[in-house]
Amino acid sequence: MSPEFILPAVNFQCILPQILLSLTALLVLLVDVFGLVKKANALALITLAGVVFATLTLFSGTGLQETAFSGMILVDGFSFFLNLTICLILILTILVSMNYQQFFPGINSGEYYSLLIFAAVGMSFMAAAGNLILLFVALELMSVSIYVLVGFHKDNLRSIEAALKYFLMGAFATSFLLLGFAFLYGATGTMDLLTMTEFIRSNPEVLSSGLFLSGVLLTLTGLGFKISMVPFHMWTPDVYEGAPTVITGFMATGVKAAAFAALVRIFMVPLGSLPIDWSMLLWVAAVLTMTVGNIIALVQDSIKRMLAYSGIAHAGYLLIGVVAGGELAQAGILYYLLVYAFMNIGAFGVLALLGKKETEYNTLQEFSGLGLKYPVLGLAMAVFMFSLAGIPPTGGFMGKLYIFSAAIKSGYVWLVVLGALNSVISIYYYLRVIVVMYFQESGAEDVAFPAPSPAITLGLGLAAAGIMILGVFPSYFWVLAQNSVFVPM
Amino acid sequence: MLLEYIPILYLMLVAIGFGVITVILSSLIGPKKMTREKAASYECGLPSEGFQYFQTPIKFYVFALLFLIFDLECIFLYPWAVHYNQLGLFGFVEMLIFICILLVCYVYVWKKGALEWD
Repeated sequence: MSPEFILPAVNFQCILPQILLSLTALLVLLVDVFGLVKKANALALITLAGVVFATLTLFSGTGLQETAFSGMILVDGFSFFLNLTICLILILTILVSMNYQQFFPGINSGEYYSLLIFAAVGMSFMAAAGNLILLFVALELMSVSIYVLVGFHKDNLRSIEAALKYFLMGAFATSFLLLGFAFLYGATGTMDLLTMTEFIRSNPEVLSSGLFLSGVLLTLTGLGFKISMVPFHMWTPDVYEGAPTVITGFMATGVKAAAFAALVRIFMVPLGSLPIDWSMLLWVAAVLTMTVGNIIALVQDSIKRMLAYSGIAHAGYLLIGVVAGGELAQAGILYYLLVYAFMNIGAFGVLALLGKKETEYNTLQEFSGLGLKYPVLGLAMAVFMFSLAGIPPTGGFMGKLYIFSAAIKSGYVWLVVLGALNSVISIYYYLRVIVVMYFQESGAEDVAFPAPSPAITLGLGLAAAGIMILGVFPSYFWVLAQNSVFVPM
Repeated sequence: MLLEYIPILYLMLVAIGFGVITVILSSLIGPKKMTREKAASYECGLPSEGFQYFQTPIKFYVFALLFLIFDLECIFLYPWAVHYNQLGLFGFVEMLIFICILLVCYVYVWKKGALEWD
C-alpha cells in the first residue's frame, strides 16, 4: 500500500526569474549547436536579452513575503535584493565577455553562456533557499558550472590546473558542508530553516550539544571554502589567476554573494543566539582573513593575483558583518555585496580589455603609462581601485562604513579597529596601480589596445556609474537593503 | 520499535555467515596445487598477457557518462508512475516538461557529435 501523496502548493510566480534564466540557457545551447546564427555577438545578445527580461520579471515579486514549494523557497526582500545583485553580476559579465571573446574566440560558444546562466541560477536559488537540501543542490549547480568555466581555456595549462584544483578542493569542501547539514538535521530534526529557527528558539539547550556544534563547524568549513575564508583560502590565488579573466570577476562576486546569503540564512538568523565564544571563532577568522589577504597582496606583481588576495581581504570585511549580527549588519552585508559586484567585475573587466591575441596583460609593468594614453579607461580603473580601497566618495567607502558602524553598534570595537587598519594597508597596493598608470613612462613594448566595443564601454560605464551612485547617493539602496533583511516569518 | 529492524539483522547475519562459511569451506576441502601463474601478483588463475600500460579509447568514457546521466534521470519516472493516478493532469504536464528538458540535452549531445563512434 502506498502512502497518500499530497501535491505541494506550486506557485511558479515565485521562481519565474529562475525559470526564464534556465530557458534562456537551453535556448542558447540549442541555437549554438544548430548553428542558427552566424554573427559573432549573436549568442551573447540572445543571452543578454534573456537575462534582462528575467531581471525585469524579478521586480514583479517586490515586497512579497511568503514561502513557496512547501517551504523550499523563501520569497522575501532578502532573496529579491540578492537576485537583483546576481542578475547585475550576470549582465556585467556578459557585457565584458562580449569584448573578451575578441581575443579568445573559444569562449564564444553556447556552452559558455549557458554555463554562465546555470551558475547564476544556482546562486539565485542559494539566495532564496529555505531548506538545507535546496541550498545544497543549488550550491552544487553553481559550483559544477563554475568548475567547467574556470577551465574554459582548454589549451592553457594554467586554466586546466586551476579547474582541477578548484574541482578537487571544492568537492572536498562540499562533503564537509553536507556532513555539517546532516549533523544540523540530527540535532534539530529538520532541514527547514524556519522550522529550525523555531526549534532553536524553543529549545535553547540544543545550542550546546556536541552534535549541533560539530554541524555548525562543518557547515562553516564548507561555506568558508566558497568565500575563501582563511584558513580555507589556499586555492584562491591559483584559481583566480588561471581562470579566464571574465570568469574570475564572475566567481569572485557571484559565488561570494551566494555563499554570504547562505551564511546569513544559516548563521545569522537561526544561530543568532549562539554563545559568545562561537562568534569569537568567526571574529578570529574575520581578522585572519582580512590580514592575510591584505599582507600578501602587498607583494604581488601580477594584478590578477593581487585582486585575488584582495578578494580574500574583502571576504574578511564581509565577515565582520556576520560577526556583528543583527539586521543592520545584514543590510550592510547586502549593500557591500552589491558594491563589490560593481567594483570587482569592473576591475577584472579592465584587465580583460587589455590583451592581445590569446594572451592577457597581467603584470604591473604592462599597465605603466596607460592612464595618460587612454584617459577614459584609466579613469574607470582609478574609480574601481579607489572603491576597492574604500576611499570616499565611492561605493566601497559607504559599504565599509555601513558594516563597520553595525559592528560598533554591536560592541565589536576592536574588530572595527583592525578592519580599519587593514583598509589602510590595502590602500598601498590599490593606489600602486594608479601610480603606475599615471606616473610611469609606458614600457618599451607598446600595449596593444583593441578598439573598445560598445559592449565593454557599456559594461565598464555601468560599473563605474553604479559605484559612484552607491557612493554619492546611497540612501535609496541603503533603504532597500534595510528593508531586505532576512527576518523569519 | 527497534524490533522492526530484527529482519534486517537476520539478513546481515545470513550475508556475513554465507561469506565466512564459503571461504572456510573452500579452504578446507579445495585441492591445493601451486603453479607459476597462481604465484604471480594480481593473479586471476590465467597467465597474464600484454603490457600493463595500454590506452583505452576515451570514447567509452563519454558513452558511459552519457548513459549514466540519462539512465539516472529515468529513475525519476518511477515514483511518478506509482502515483500517476493521484497526480493527474498536472503531474503529467510536469513530467512532460521534465522530459522536454532531457530531450533538449539529448538533441544537444547528438548534434554536438558525442554519439558518433569515430
